[in-house]
Amino acid sequence: MSAPLWPGAIAAGLVTALGIAFMWAENEWEVVAVLVAAAVGAVVARRTGWLEPAARAFRERESAMNRLAILGLFVFVAFFHDDHFPLLMAGTVLIYFLVCLGLTIQFGYAGMVNFAAAAFLGVGCYTAAVLTAHTAIPHLLVLAIGGAVAALVGSILILPVLRTRGHYSAVVTIAFVLLFKTFLEVNDTLGGPQGLKLPSMQVLGWTFNENFSVAGVEVSFYMSYVLVALALVIAAFALTRRLERSWIGLSLDAVRLDETAAACFGVHIARWKIVAFTLGNFMAGVAGALYALMLGFIAPTNFTFGDSLIMVSIILLGGIGNPWGAALAAAIVVVLPEKLQLIQEYRFLLFAALVILVLLYRPGGLLPRQLRVYLPGWKPR
Amino acid sequence: MDAGLLAQFVANGLMLGMMYALVAVGFTLFFGVLDIIKFSHGDVLTVGTFAGFSTYLGLQALGAANPWVQVAAVLLVATGSMAILGALIAKYLVMPLKSAPPLNILLVTLMLGTVLRECVRLFFPDGANPKRFPRLLPDDAVALGNFNLRLDSVLLFLAGLAVIVAIHVLINRTKLGLAIRAVAQDEETAKTMGINFTAIVLVTFAVGSAAAAFAGVMNGLYYSEINFGMGLLLGVIGFSAAIVGGLGNIYGAILGGFLFAALQTVGAVALPFASAYKDVFAFAVVIAIMAWRPTGLIAEKTSERV
Repeated sequence: MSAPLWPGAIAAGLVTALGIAFMWAENEWEVVAVLVAAAVGAVVARRTGWLEPAARAFRERESAMNRLAILGLFVFVAFFHDDHFPLLMAGTVLIYFLVCLGLTIQFGYAGMVNFAAAAFLGVGCYTAAVLTAHTAIPHLLVLAIGGAVAALVGSILILPVLRTRGHYSAVVTIAFVLLFKTFLEVNDTLGGPQGLKLPSMQVLGWTFNENFSVAGVEVSFYMSYVLVALALVIAAFALTRRLERSWIGLSLDAVRLDETAAACFGVHIARWKIVAFTLGNFMAGVAGALYALMLGFIAPTNFTFGDSLIMVSIILLGGIGNPWGAALAAAIVVVLPEKLQLIQEYRFLLFAALVILVLLYRPGGLLPRQLRVYLPGWKPR
Repeated sequence: MDAGLLAQFVANGLMLGMMYALVAVGFTLFFGVLDIIKFSHGDVLTVGTFAGFSTYLGLQALGAANPWVQVAAVLLVATGSMAILGALIAKYLVMPLKSAPPLNILLVTLMLGTVLRECVRLFFPDGANPKRFPRLLPDDAVALGNFNLRLDSVLLFLAGLAVIVAIHVLINRTKLGLAIRAVAQDEETAKTMGINFTAIVLVTFAVGSAAAAFAGVMNGLYYSEINFGMGLLLGVIGFSAAIVGGLGNIYGAILGGFLFAALQTVGAVALPFASAYKDVFAFAVVIAIMAWRPTGLIAEKTSERV
């Protein structure tokens, strides 16, 4: 017997309403009030056990819930259809979510530490900037090339990352992200510290950077970017979930949990690590290419070590290995500092401290990853 | 290239090597006693340097203008306060997580480093901009052709050497050092022999953090400039140096520090496309060395415990 859908539907509706209210709030007091209401609501729902049916709906009626989540997002962007800022935020959250899906594959499934996510995002950004400036390659193809270049650049790191583990491979990626930012700053052909400008994205003659109207209703130009980002996220999410559930995901889990034992059972460790690392970097690169086109301007300061740490914070806060958690945490981490200007300056400090607290007191994150369901209808005890 | 310029590069490389070695020694000490990497080490260095800088500002305000007094006070406050901070970090953040997965310790210390770095940036007055660190040591110079040897560099180098020798003596010649080595070798046995494990760990963290603060002040005095990001760079380089030498081996750390400085200097001299890419080159070398010798030149004795 499958779980009823309505608790999940109510939860999705509430989250959407909360998101709209949060974006609607004008001054800081209203924002804080919405936040407090959300926190109290979450605690109450947890204490009274109302969360359990919703969680079951998410677990057992997954495809329906996925559609509901997409519907929720559509309601959100339809509500703010002529407002630039909420749509820009929605696009940014989706792009960060895309990067974090890649990180989830690397970090959550294969257990590979990657502190260079911002660098791979940056590779995608700069690829898009250079390609749109100097070639006439169709822009949808530019997105794919951005991902491919990021994966290619990542392949330089494969050898050191494969040969090292734990702390040592963390240093390889940290060294890479520092190298990358320094390189961008001193390289004049890539704009140096001033960065590069990008033209508007164009698909089949459709210019993205122009407001348009649908049935007489004016729509913000960011809507186009949000829709492209959403399409990419849906594809990446579907891929990630299927990957997790397949025997590939099983192999990746085995590699993460115990390399020696996995190798004894014939799991090809190097192969799966390469697959996870390359796939994750590809996603970051695609996200980067779209990010650059959406912002229209990129500079080395977007790709610092701190930004990499923010992305790692997202998947840790959300719960390592749970894409839904990453989605929630991406929304919180990206939007909160933008709405609360008060904490904008302190965001690195705040999220770093938050991650320390999460690791000390709730290592699973906000939405911990569920146990793998090996058989249909099987319930982990 | 003439001999004078070459000598200048060698002198500069030795100076850098001394700083890297001091940072690397901390990493290797921590790894020795607890088998963990403390990624906030570099940022402890930053905090220490800024503590020293504040001391200088305070002394200036009080009117104590004798540079020797100022140097002594700056060093004392920087190393002393960081020794305390290091011990506190060990007690409240690292020790409770001792049996957690290594990834969690890595993340906690990395995030702690971010917290420290951001605190300096946000809460130190105008902390986001580089600060001019005073030249407290006499800067008389001896010029030999193109080679310009400054007295303060010599003094700093000797002081750094003294600290390293002191750590060496502490580890190898004293009872405390014997206890540290015992804990590093086998925690359980050391405990049964009546060694206070917690106290030894705290002392080790204090010593390592004080050495880092010393390196930070040295860096400030040598380059006359400090900023909130200096520790991140020195920390990554120090860690790489510790790894290049082989973790858990104090001589390896010193060797690694000087080797890394040598590489960086060679990179700055030999690379055709200017010194702008010197950091890029240095990090590329770190990555290459990791690919070549994943656990360092002097390999770790027990690389993994099952």
